[in-house]
Amino acid sequence: MFRKLHNPGSATVTIYIDGCAVTAEAGESIAAVMLRQPTGWSRTTSISQSPRAPYCMMGVCFECLVAVDGKGSLQGCLTPVRDGMRVTRQQGRRSLSA
Amino acid sequence: MQPDIVVIGGGTVGAAVAYGLAMRRQKVLLLDGDDGDFRAARANFGLVWLQGKGLDMPAYQALTRSSTELWRGFSDELEAESGIELFLEQNGGLAFCLGEEGLEKRRLDLLRLHNQRGGGEPDWEMLDRAALERLLPGVALGPKVAGASFGRRDGHANPLRLLAALHVALLRRGANVRHRARVNRIEPAGADFRLVLNGETLTAPRIVIAAGLGSSALARQVGLEVPLRPERGQVLVTERLARFLPLPASGLRQTDEGTIMIGATKDGHDFDVSTTTEAAASLSRKTTEIIPALAGVRLVRHWAGLRIMTPDSYPIYAESRSHPGAFVAICHSGVTLAAVHASLLAEAIAEGSLPDTFSPFHQRRFDVPQAA
Repeated sequence: MFRKLHNPGSATVTIYIDGCAVTAEAGESIAAVMLRQPTGWSRTTSISQSPRAPYCMMGVCFECLVAVDGKGSLQGCLTPVRDGMRVTRQQGRRSLSA
Repeated sequence: MQPDIVVIGGGTVGAAVAYGLAMRRQKVLLLDGDDGDFRAARANFGLVWLQGKGLDMPAYQALTRSSTELWRGFSDELEAESGIELFLEQNGGLAFCLGEEGLEKRRLDLLRLHNQRGGGEPDWEMLDRAALERLLPGVALGPKVAGASFGRRDGHANPLRLLAALHVALLRRGANVRHRARVNRIEPAGADFRLVLNGETLTAPRIVIAAGLGSSALARQVGLEVPLRPERGQVLVTERLARFLPLPASGLRQTDEGTIMIGATKDGHDFDVSTTTEAAASLSRKTTEIIPALAGVRLVRHWAGLRIMTPDSYPIYAESRSHPGAFVAICHSGVTLAAVHASLLAEAIAEGSLPDTFSPFHQRRFDVPQAA
């Protein structure tokens, strides 16, 4: 779907999306990384469970909600990647513990 | 169409009365206010609630009990009439108690209410922490929670859907609704009433004033002094969560949509629906003392509404003695009492007079002689 135009070189970090290791560039957002994945969606909605992908990329639409290191409902477009970060596609309603 | 009856006020109270009248084949015209008006129906918490209510006013306890008993039938009928689901649950409700002292105080408060009731089986019981944990298997309670009172008749429903359903159903039953219809003046017109609106005049043989905080000025014109003041209630709501709270609690409930409603403050007596950081902090603190894991959940909205408070906090249902055919209906628990408003109250108004069961709620209880 999307691809990076340049090679980040030494600025590369590794994050884990649903357990799969993915390379990313330091400083870019989780949502940008997710848009490059073969699985296009990043969450399912809380009522109809329909899949959603990052959309506005500026913190408005809340379509890119993900859980990061166990903390739920973070906006992927406003959260920069960190090396070793564990991202989970949020499915339906959050449970109280995550 | 000349209406049999005009209901002034399209909030939860006025709409329930108008719906009940329309179901009784009255030709009803409902006059609803403006979007910018103070509308208590915006900040309803959605509890259908009995426990703890009616101290020093046994008639209110009895009225509330009747309404909780009528609610299931009311909900079934209204859902069928409107096609809108109300998500009523009446599996009981909780009031969490912090510390052993808090638990004991709650027990004494409910016992006092029970004694004032004068007979009947208690419809509540006290739960210690172990019993409470058995009732809420998925919930990790905070260390200060000593237990809770459990009210068997308590429950909750979706208050926004309730209001929408009432409006849909009364239209389907032939009632008319006028929005942004502000009544500026009420005048007698023979045995009828003339209502002066902006640019229009209506006439009806009977009227019901259910205009919330706007009721005092209208009621005065038909000879009823109705003392009212606003009481602000601030409410918080969280993002949607998977169902974990099987029962509603006083000030804390999980809605059918998964959100957690937290509330409500009693923190102001002005015509002011702004929100305060202090309230957000105190409501959040109170809630995380009960369920600490909620600290990690996102709040999505914080808003406020104004309760309609009489001097003793209890409702006013009255017909004017000087202007027969003019009724007032005012209260702050419009959701709980909706079942009574749509049945017993609407029935009485349709028949033309309020029976003795409503007499404890007449406004004359506030009339004070000017000189001793």
